[in-house]
Amino acid sequence: MTKKLGKQTYLMQRPPVVRAWAAVGGKKEGEGPLGASFDLIEPDTTFGQDSWEKAESRMVMQAVSRALGKLSLSPEEIDCVFGGDLLNQCISTTFGLRETGIPLLGIYGACSTIGEGMLLASLLVDAGTVRRAMAVTSSHFCTAERQYRFPLEYGSVRPPTAQWTATASGAVILEEDGDQPPYLRAATIGVIEDLGVTDQNNMGAAMAPAAAATLSRFFRDTGSAPEQFDLIATGDLGAVGSQLLVDLLRRDGLEIQSRHTDCGLLIYDRDHQDVHAGGSGCGCSASVLGAYLLPALRDGRIRNLLFLPTGALLSPTSVQQKESIPGIAHLIWLSHEKEGII
Amino acid sequence: MRISNQDYAQMVKKASPPTRVAATLPGAFGIGGTICLLGQMLCDGYTALGLAQRFCSTAASCTLVALAAALTGLNVFDNIAKHAGAGTLVPITGFANAVTSPALEFKTEGMVLGVGAKMFLIAGPVIVYGVAAGVLYGLLFWLFGT
Repeated sequence: MTKKLGKQTYLMQRPPVVRAWAAVGGKKEGEGPLGASFDLIEPDTTFGQDSWEKAESRMVMQAVSRALGKLSLSPEEIDCVFGGDLLNQCISTTFGLRETGIPLLGIYGACSTIGEGMLLASLLVDAGTVRRAMAVTSSHFCTAERQYRFPLEYGSVRPPTAQWTATASGAVILEEDGDQPPYLRAATIGVIEDLGVTDQNNMGAAMAPAAAATLSRFFRDTGSAPEQFDLIATGDLGAVGSQLLVDLLRRDGLEIQSRHTDCGLLIYDRDHQDVHAGGSGCGCSASVLGAYLLPALRDGRIRNLLFLPTGALLSPTSVQQKESIPGIAHLIWLSHEKEGII
Repeated sequence: MRISNQDYAQMVKKASPPTRVAATLPGAFGIGGTICLLGQMLCDGYTALGLAQRFCSTAASCTLVALAAALTGLNVFDNIAKHAGAGTLVPITGFANAVTSPALEFKTEGMVLGVGAKMFLIAGPVIVYGVAAGVLYGLLFWLFGT
């Protein structure tokens, strides 16, 4: 049974194994630094479909199929899947998984969704309730633009703090304990943090306090320190949010700058890809996890990783009603080792 | 992590790079100015072709609207607007783009609830308040005008 540490952290007693994963991306993601590491890059942004929403659903299906394919599993062999995305009523996930027959629990955590999904999946697997669970999420630049901002062809200008919604999907399969890294060692459930940021073109700033709160909570709950981990990878704070996270934690006496990276900074080449402050979207952290972080953990190039996907829990309605943007960040500790540190 | 919203707002301001006005202003000025120049040339052209003076600016505006709508449909307008900013937004071209782009975007939701209902998503407020201001001005003119 999972052991609760402190207020929000759950330490796995039989750390679930991340057995397989898949990262699917679009053309722009293929042109990024991690392009060659994706399982599938689809140069056609429509994914052969006649609407952007169908394109995103198709991408979800492809990520799930690729992950299943790596273990030669059929959908029936997955006990349950936690999935969600950015679209109203999470339709990308629903329609993407419609034909699979996998028992589905739909979740919403904005861009923190993959973290939320893995967290829930790991709790069920560690408890022995299910043997094999999956987490999946996606985002598509074109669906996000039309829901949250403007039509694609509208001539708007993005400020330097804006981030680019990744067209990407990531899926992971967790299994009960085995002897093959990476292992999911612990998870911290995030709380909502809102320091009054109202600018939806500065999501990194809105989410950084949530990442700082979850990270410091993890260190407090577990009695560990940043130096014990090789890498701390936040979801998609981008350039502005990453700086704010480092500054916020420094105020609390935690120094993470030398071991911190951000999925929104890894997925694109900011100097050449015109993405302003970096990438964002549920698919950003989920695909960076599959294309770069999990392979590195498996091979031991990263020994201990704190993975914190961050979500901005706004809606077009809340923005129009002048509400500030609440942020959330869930933490997943992934390790090459089954034991140690705690 | 105890920090007030005001203190955090200061941190955010410090960490957020501002728009580089020196780099963006010439594009807005150049492209916006070119559109205005084109409008004047069209006006002069229509006059030279024998159109009455009072119709030529309307004809020039219609031409610019058609051009902006066509460029929107050809996936070119937003690429120009990216460098022009207010240079394409402020002239009538911006209005044409604001109507055409949602019409294109929402055609997947059908001709009625997609194109028809969403076409004025962005430009609608301009029309509503433009007409309202026109009525108000007309009323004042009727009451106090000579």
